[in-house]
Amino acid sequence: MIRSVEELVAEHPLLRGLPVDAAPLVAGCARLKRFEPGQLLLKEGEDADTFYLVRRGTVRIEVGTPGRSPLVIETVGAGKVVGWSWLLPPLQWQFDARAAGPVATIAVDTGCLRAKAETDPAFGYELLKRLSSMLLDRLQATRFRLLDLYAPPGTGDHGSR
Amino acid sequence: MVLAEPSLSTPSRHPLTPAPHVVVGRRRETADVVTLSLEPCEDADQFLPGSFAPGQFNMLSAFGIGEAAISISNGPGEGPLQHTVRDVGPVTHALCETEPGGLVGVRGPFGNSWGVDTGPGANAPSVDVVVVAGGIGLAPLRGAIEHLLGGSSLGGGRVFILVGARSPDQVVFVGDIERWRHAGAYVEVSVDVATASWDGRVGVVTSLLEDAPFDPSKAVALVCGPEVMMRFSVRALLERGLSAERVRLSLERNMQCGIGSCGHCQLGPWLLCRDGPIVTWASGSAILLGERDR
Amino acid sequence: MCLYRYGGGAPSLRPVRIGDTLVLDRAGLGQLIENLRAGGARTMGPVVRDGAIVPGEITGVDDLPTGYHDEQAPGSYRLSRDDTDEVFGWAVGPGSWKAELFPSKQVVWRATVKDGRFVATEPPLDRSVVAIFGARPCELAAIDVLDRVLGDESVDPRYSARRRRLFVVAVECGTPAGTCFCTSMGTGPGAGPGADLVVTELLDQGPARYLVKVGTDEGADALDGVAHRPATEGDHEARRDVLAASTEKIHRTLDTDGLSGLFERNLEHPRWDEVAERCLSCGNCTSVCPTCFCSDVSDVSDLAGELERREEWSSCFNLDHSYLHGGAVRPTIKSRYRQWLTHKLGTWWDQFGTSGCVGCGRCIAWCPVGIDLTEEAAAIRQADRVPRFGPS
Repeated sequence: MIRSVEELVAEHPLLRGLPVDAAPLVAGCARLKRFEPGQLLLKEGEDADTFYLVRRGTVRIEVGTPGRSPLVIETVGAGKVVGWSWLLPPLQWQFDARAAGPVATIAVDTGCLRAKAETDPAFGYELLKRLSSMLLDRLQATRFRLLDLYAPPGTGDHGSR
Repeated sequence: MVLAEPSLSTPSRHPLTPAPHVVVGRRRETADVVTLSLEPCEDADQFLPGSFAPGQFNMLSAFGIGEAAISISNGPGEGPLQHTVRDVGPVTHALCETEPGGLVGVRGPFGNSWGVDTGPGANAPSVDVVVVAGGIGLAPLRGAIEHLLGGSSLGGGRVFILVGARSPDQVVFVGDIERWRHAGAYVEVSVDVATASWDGRVGVVTSLLEDAPFDPSKAVALVCGPEVMMRFSVRALLERGLSAERVRLSLERNMQCGIGSCGHCQLGPWLLCRDGPIVTWASGSAILLGERDR
Repeated sequence: MCLYRYGGGAPSLRPVRIGDTLVLDRAGLGQLIENLRAGGARTMGPVVRDGAIVPGEITGVDDLPTGYHDEQAPGSYRLSRDDTDEVFGWAVGPGSWKAELFPSKQVVWRATVKDGRFVATEPPLDRSVVAIFGARPCELAAIDVLDRVLGDESVDPRYSARRRRLFVVAVECGTPAGTCFCTSMGTGPGAGPGADLVVTELLDQGPARYLVKVGTDEGADALDGVAHRPATEGDHEARRDVLAASTEKIHRTLDTDGLSGLFERNLEHPRWDEVAERCLSCGNCTSVCPTCFCSDVSDVSDLAGELERREEWSSCFNLDHSYLHGGAVRPTIKSRYRQWLTHKLGTWWDQFGTSGCVGCGRCIAWCPVGIDLTEEAAAIRQADRVPRFGPS
C-alpha cells in the first residue's frame, strides 16, 4: 500500500502531536526522496534550501578534511532531522551529511516552510517548539560526549581531588 | 556470657584470606583493559562455573599491593574464571601486568546478581531485555548476556545489546559482540569519537535507545557504566516507557572486605558488597540523587 | 560491716544459681574480681587515666574509680572526686568495650609468595577469656548491635571467637550524665539480657552494697565462695528507686519515630549545610562510638617478601573512606556528616535490623565543637520536607 506524503509526514516524530491541519501544511512543502549509500544529502557551504526528515537508514554528519577521510561527528537515524542551518541566516550548511546505507527521507523545501510559518505564526510556533526539542536533545547528547565519561578516572573534571 | 566452642571450630580459611590462582590466559582488550583467565592453585572446586551468578564479583589480590573488586565475566558453563580489569590504580595496574603463570589472589563470589538466571515462570509473558553498557561496564554484563542468549529465563523475549564507548579502539569484547549479533541479539555499538575506519554509529549511547525496537511495557533494562552515564541512560529508558522497578544498575563504590564488615561501600540502605552492587532505579533513585549534591 | 549468713553461722553451702539475686559488699566485689582472675580471665574494668574513666586491666576493687563522678555536656567531659565509697557514680567514659571484641589493629594473615606459591598463615584465634567488669546497659546493648554486624562466623571468625569467651558483668546506672539518652533508645538505665551478672550499686542504707542478679551458669560459678546474702524485697525496691531516679534525671531525648523515613525524605535539608559549618570531620564521634565498625583492610610487604594483611579501625569521616579511583565519592564534610548520621540512626535498620545508636551520648560529649545528634535529628524533624526525589 502506498501512503501519501501527508500520512508519512504526520507520522514522523518531528510532527507527532501537531494539530491536524499542520501535516498538510508541511506536506505541501515536502516530497519523498531516497539516497544511495555514500550519496550526500547536504554539502557544507551550499544554500540550505532543503532539510530532511529521516524515515529509514543512517546518515553521517561529517566534516571534510583535505588529505583524510571525512571526520564523522555524529550518525543520525530514523525519526531524526538532518539539517538545521535553514532556520537562521546565513542559511548555509555548516557540515556535510552523507547516507551511510540506503536512506529514505521526506525532503522539505525550507523556503516554502519558512514562508508558511511567517504567515501562520501559530503553526510556526508549534513547529519551532518541536524543532527546539530535538535541538535540545542533540545539545544534551553532545554535552555528554564532551564530558568524556569513559576516560580514565582521575583525569579531567570528574575526579574531585 | 562465655559460650562453649562450637564443634566445628573455625572455617578453613578466614574470609579475608584469598585463594591463590594462577593466570592461565591474558588478552589485551584495549590500551588500558586486560582480560585475565584464572585457575585455582588449590581448592579445585571452589570456582566451578555455576557457583556464581552473573553480576557477582570477586576481590582480586595483587599480592603485596592490595585488592580490587572485579566482576566475574564468565557465561554459564564457561571456564576458567574470567575477569576483565581496567588499569586505574596501583592494584589494577599490577593485575593488568600479570603475565600467564603469575599469581593472583581470589576471594568471593560476593554481591547479588542481575537476576537473569531466575526465570519468571513458564507462564510469564515474554520479556525483552535491554542491556545498556558504557565503556568497561560491558564486563559485568557479559555473563548476563551469555546467560540470556543461552536460552535462559526472563520469558524468552528478545535481547537488545546497546554498547557505548569512547572510540572504536576502546570497545571491549569485540569478538563477543559479533558473536552475539550472529546469535540473533539486536546489537548496536556507538562511539563518542569516530576514527576514519569506523563505519558504525557515532553519538551518545542513549541515542541507540531511541530506535531499538523493544516493547517498553514488557522490558527489563540492565545498565552498567560510569555513574553519570547510567543516570542519563536511566532517564532515557524511563522516557521510553520502562518502569523504575524494571531498570537495574550495577553500582561501584570503595570495597575492601567484600563481606559487609568494613563499611566502605555503605550507600543508603545498603552495604553494596552484600546488598548490591545491583539495585533497581526504583529503590536507588532517592539516595543516588539525594547524595549527588556535594 | 556485718553480713547476713544463712543460719547466722557458717557461710552458706547452697550453690548460687541462675536467676538468684544476692547482695555483696565492697569486699565481695573484690572477691568476685579475684575469682575471675584466678579463673584465667584477663579482667578489664573502668579505671581513671588521663582525666577520664577508660577501660583498663584491673587487679582488685581498689583499681575501680571509687568516689569519681563525671559531668558531661556537648563538647565537655569533667571528672571530680569525693570521699564517698560510691564506685559507679559516673556514666560512661570515652572508651568502649568494643575493643575487646574487635581490636583496633589486627593482622589478618601473613604470607609469602615464593616459587609460584602463595602460603598464608593466619594468627591463631584468641583463646583467652576476657571479663568485662562494669559494662553499662547501653554498652550491653552496643555489644548486641555489634553481634549483628560482625557476629556471623563467616564474616569475622575472630570476633566470634572473642565473643564466645567474653564474660560480662553489667553495672546499672545510678548517675546518668547530661549527655545520656538511653531511655529514648530502650537501652537503659536498667540492663537488658545477655550479661553473666548484673550489678546495681545501692547507697540508701549506709555503705555501698551491690545487688547482683545471676544471668548465666558462668556468672553463678564466678560467685563461688564470694560472701553474700540473699536479696530482700527492700533491696529490690532500692534498685527500682535507683532506676526510677536515673530515668528522671535523663533529660536528653531522641524521637525515634519514623527516623529512617525522615532522613530518606530530607537528604537535601538545609540543616546538613549548617552542621557542616561546625563539623571538623575529626572522627572523634566514630572513635568513641561503641557500635561504629568501619575498618580499613590493607596489604603491606617488606623487602624480604613477607606480606601482611591488616585490618584497622577507620572512620567514615576520613576523606579517603569513599575513595573511588580518582577521588572521594563524599568529598565534602556535609556529605560525610550526613552519611554518618543517616546511617547510624536510619539505614542501620535496613542493614542490621536495629538502630546503630544506643543512646550513650559519647559522641555528644567528645565532639570538640559539641555537635549533638539528638538536636540535629530534632531540627530536621521540625522542618520535615516534602520529597523531591523518589521512586518514579
